[in-house]
Amino acid sequence: MPLVPEIDYGTPASRSDKMVTLTIDGRAITVPEGTSIMRASMEAGIQVPKLCATDMVDAFGSCRLCLIEVEGRNGTPASCTTPVAPGLVVHTQTERLKQIRKGVMELYISDHPLDCLTCAANGDCELQDMAGAVGLRDVRYGYEGDNHVKARSATGTINAQWMPKDESNPYFTYDPSKCIVCSRCVRACEEVQGTFALTIEGRGFDSRVSPGAHEAFLESECVSCGACVQACPTATLTEKSVIAIGQPEHSVVTTCAYCGVGCSFKAEMRGEELVRMVPWKDGQANRGHSCVKGRFAYGYASHKDRILNPMIREKISDPWREVTWEEAFAHVASEFRRIQYQYGRESIGGITSSRCTNEETYLVQKLIRAGFGNNNVDTCARVCHSPTGYGLGQAFGTSAGTQNFDSVEHSDVVLVIGANPTDGHPVFGSRLKKRLRQGAKLIVIDPRRIDLVRTPHVEAAFHLPLKPGTNVAVLTALAHVIVTEGLFDEAFIRTRCDWSEFEDWAAFVAEPQHSPEETEKFTGVPAEDLRGAARLYAKGGNGAIYYGLGVTEHSQGSTTVMAIANLAMATGNIGRPGVGVNPLRGQNNVQGSCDMGSFPHELPGYRHISDDATRETFEKLWGVTLNNEPGLRIPNMLDAAVDGTFKGIYIQGEDILQSDPDTKHVSAGLAAMECVVVHDLFLNETANYAHVFLPGSTFLEKDGTFTNAERRINRVRKVMTPKNGYADWEVTQKLAQAMGLAWAYTHPSQIMDEIAATTPSFAGVSYAYLEEKGSVQWPCNEKFPNGSPIMHVDGFVRGKGKFIRTEYVATDERTGPRFPLLLTTGRILSQYNVGAQTRRTENVVWHEEDRLELHPHDAEQRGIKDGDWVKLASRAGETTLRALITDRVAPGVVYTTFHHPNTQANVITTDFSDWATNCPEYKVTAVQISPSNGPTDWQEDYEELSRRSRRIVGKLEAAE
Amino acid sequence: MNVRVVAVDEATRISSIIEDCRHLEGPMLPILHKVQEAFGYIPEAAKQIIAQALNLSRAEVHGVVTFYHDFRDHPAGRHCLKLCRAEACQSMGGDALAEQVKAKLGLDWHETAADGSVTLEPVFCLGLCAQAPAAMLDGELYARLHEDCLNDIVAEVRA
Repeated sequence: MPLVPEIDYGTPASRSDKMVTLTIDGRAITVPEGTSIMRASMEAGIQVPKLCATDMVDAFGSCRLCLIEVEGRNGTPASCTTPVAPGLVVHTQTERLKQIRKGVMELYISDHPLDCLTCAANGDCELQDMAGAVGLRDVRYGYEGDNHVKARSATGTINAQWMPKDESNPYFTYDPSKCIVCSRCVRACEEVQGTFALTIEGRGFDSRVSPGAHEAFLESECVSCGACVQACPTATLTEKSVIAIGQPEHSVVTTCAYCGVGCSFKAEMRGEELVRMVPWKDGQANRGHSCVKGRFAYGYASHKDRILNPMIREKISDPWREVTWEEAFAHVASEFRRIQYQYGRESIGGITSSRCTNEETYLVQKLIRAGFGNNNVDTCARVCHSPTGYGLGQAFGTSAGTQNFDSVEHSDVVLVIGANPTDGHPVFGSRLKKRLRQGAKLIVIDPRRIDLVRTPHVEAAFHLPLKPGTNVAVLTALAHVIVTEGLFDEAFIRTRCDWSEFEDWAAFVAEPQHSPEETEKFTGVPAEDLRGAARLYAKGGNGAIYYGLGVTEHSQGSTTVMAIANLAMATGNIGRPGVGVNPLRGQNNVQGSCDMGSFPHELPGYRHISDDATRETFEKLWGVTLNNEPGLRIPNMLDAAVDGTFKGIYIQGEDILQSDPDTKHVSAGLAAMECVVVHDLFLNETANYAHVFLPGSTFLEKDGTFTNAERRINRVRKVMTPKNGYADWEVTQKLAQAMGLAWAYTHPSQIMDEIAATTPSFAGVSYAYLEEKGSVQWPCNEKFPNGSPIMHVDGFVRGKGKFIRTEYVATDERTGPRFPLLLTTGRILSQYNVGAQTRRTENVVWHEEDRLELHPHDAEQRGIKDGDWVKLASRAGETTLRALITDRVAPGVVYTTFHHPNTQANVITTDFSDWATNCPEYKVTAVQISPSNGPTDWQEDYEELSRRSRRIVGKLEAAE
Repeated sequence: MNVRVVAVDEATRISSIIEDCRHLEGPMLPILHKVQEAFGYIPEAAKQIIAQALNLSRAEVHGVVTFYHDFRDHPAGRHCLKLCRAEACQSMGGDALAEQVKAKLGLDWHETAADGSVTLEPVFCLGLCAQAPAAMLDGELYARLHEDCLNDIVAEVRA
């Protein structure tokens, strides 16, 4: 198996429809107008030597190697900066060009170390390749003069031009002595990532790449996305893993297992050892870009904390005992059967994982519905995007975003609500920033001044800093302006929606209490800004809405989603590129896990369990009778456990103790159960309450598919043998077999075939199809054989779009004298979710603990200084963490992340939840803050419990 | 006066310069010129303040500052003497002249006299090739330099 080939065309593709024909080296070539001669040549298979050009960034024309001759034109122009023109006759190899190139190359090499044999880039160095291509045989200049290569001259004097290696970044090194100053890294940072952390300092021979203002990489503005490392043609910027291991010999295209962007990567391997992850240029979600998590933070897969053998214990106070897989499966099967015999069929259930593949999720819900004989299945989407499913399902008829990520390239106005793309969905964040730099306008609705509000070369036209919990009021006020000022798109509404429903809704939003002037009183959003934002969104061209958990994790989450749908329909921003309603999904496969029937009331494809025809399809195939009543949701399972009627649970890949609200209630529920089975990579927090631990496999160790936020089904490919012995789908299958189910899947493709056979929106999906197309966006069936990049193009899935009244009801969680501040939560770039993976990587250098952001005003009132320990208390509980004083948050609002288990931010959050879907209200908690000396009793007790419950005695000899 | 007060004062002065210039098209260079005028150099802190104000990264500001030799990262002497080192001046005895100046001032290129009286800088082409060798003292041009002339200059900067 070789490396996946990728051709570098030197300059980006032109989007022109007009074709131009020219002749290059005697060959007639037809390319779109605006294409560079370099790219046109490469498309014809003629490689022009180059160093400073690469197709991820625009042409720059600095290396002087890609020169060409054009008949009838003077001189030797650079092929990267010269566009094609009809009838040009181009020569890429002439005697004159050869001489020039050789001379240029000789100069490059005269200031470059000749240590190719021991260089980390040996075999993957464009400078080396070009030296070969131009036939360089001798360097006449010697190294005695000025150079950047040697620390000292031959006589021992210090060379002031030389700079030592910068190894501050945990994942890559910067070796200035190998730099040819092509500025590809600088341009990648600017054009692709949009951080502008790099520059060329000085001029002439003094020119050097500088992170920040001559800083170390780690201290600079660098976000470690890896674009510069990818762009570097030499060993100047090199992954530390390549330095340690060597060059990969084969690679496999797979999908990142972090956020909902679902980037395609090449896993570059040496044998079964992962050398590096490189974003795949043909990946249709990421288009060759990556972030620090997907690119570098895979070290958890081989972390020493990973559990590789199944373990059992009688009581949760006992230490763990390692057992064989057979014993573990037999134990779980007999325990679950015993519990069902003793407490009834409904007394057990399970939780599917948004981290696992579609196939694995499908199997878990199948195990529960067909094996447990009930519908007690839920998934972590309950706590994040369940309101999206409900709200968009109501308004449009499908529970998913309407666009692909490419769509943002056509947006004119982007409305970001309750999302922080540059941290939570960094690759999409970079694509969005690129579009904003091209001139699209941005509106941000967020209590906190997220980076996008103002970051180099990007500035929001409007930032509406609302008070947490008032989303519905703000969105309804936007609708008020759109309706009362006549900014709606009547033609669209009349053809695509129900006009009478619109009239009803319009009358509702036009009521005076929804005017921005009225809502300002409790939302805190200045009326004038809100009106401006409404006008811009309605009339600024293609308007796209992107939203995140700041929308859904509220008591009115579903209402907010509907309000968003209303806005999009009222302004006609649905059904074409550049517009739409786009939930930014948190986890890699949260879309997929919802699609796969993980909710207690839905079978795969969002079909209600009470629908007889759907049930019949599955009953026939599975040979069982399905219960037609919805089962228990996660909070209901925990309530039932506390009540003593729910006794056993199978949790695949989710740490509910850390991620679900009101930690004390979760732990009480788990503690009341008799058989808690945790299937995970690590002894997570939930495992503190588990009786059986089944070791999981990473995304590198299995085949399957993930479905990202744009409904794109991407292949996950196995690149190494599971360290724990089995891929997760095999574990679920063996558990099912132990419970007496006759499952006999030998490959996940067979599971996908079963999904396709039973679920209309997946009917056209198969592994063979994905192999051919790379990826596909559902629905993919007879009606949409090529999938659906944009949904609702000719009509809404439900027929007519539905306008729904969105009455603002203030949450019951209110500030008062005891808890005067509002806590809202979020995440940070370098960490992911509960941090189980990223905390076990070098990413901790960027974020080693959760901090509490608070406004200087609130801090001063309480005598709190930056970095002080503070006690954070709500009516649910209290915890301590260190303060970070910043004006990013408004007075009265505090903010923290939940990446570290010892912070226990969810001890604070309450059990309020979305009225429709029970999605917890993480984003609003009334709190008080006071100075503190250190951890609370709960934190200390919990630390002790964790320590005790992670004891393992009775290790198996040579497992498996 | 403690260090922090100075820093605050520095930031205030830089910010007011930015306010004066930010309406200009391409305001960064005018701002840098005025900062250099006010401080005699570009204080390190200015990069961050300018970046913040113009919504750029500090890397970008650093790139621009370091590109131009005239922007200094530390204060110069009271006088600044620039000798042309370009080809025309070299062909007219510029090298020998430079050696004399160095010897007379006791300075090498880019150095400032211990008493802070003068900084010696090389410059590449003052555009006076027809009247080489040339120099510039505190912005004033000197052409057809010879030893007497140099002595006058040295006496002036030493005064």
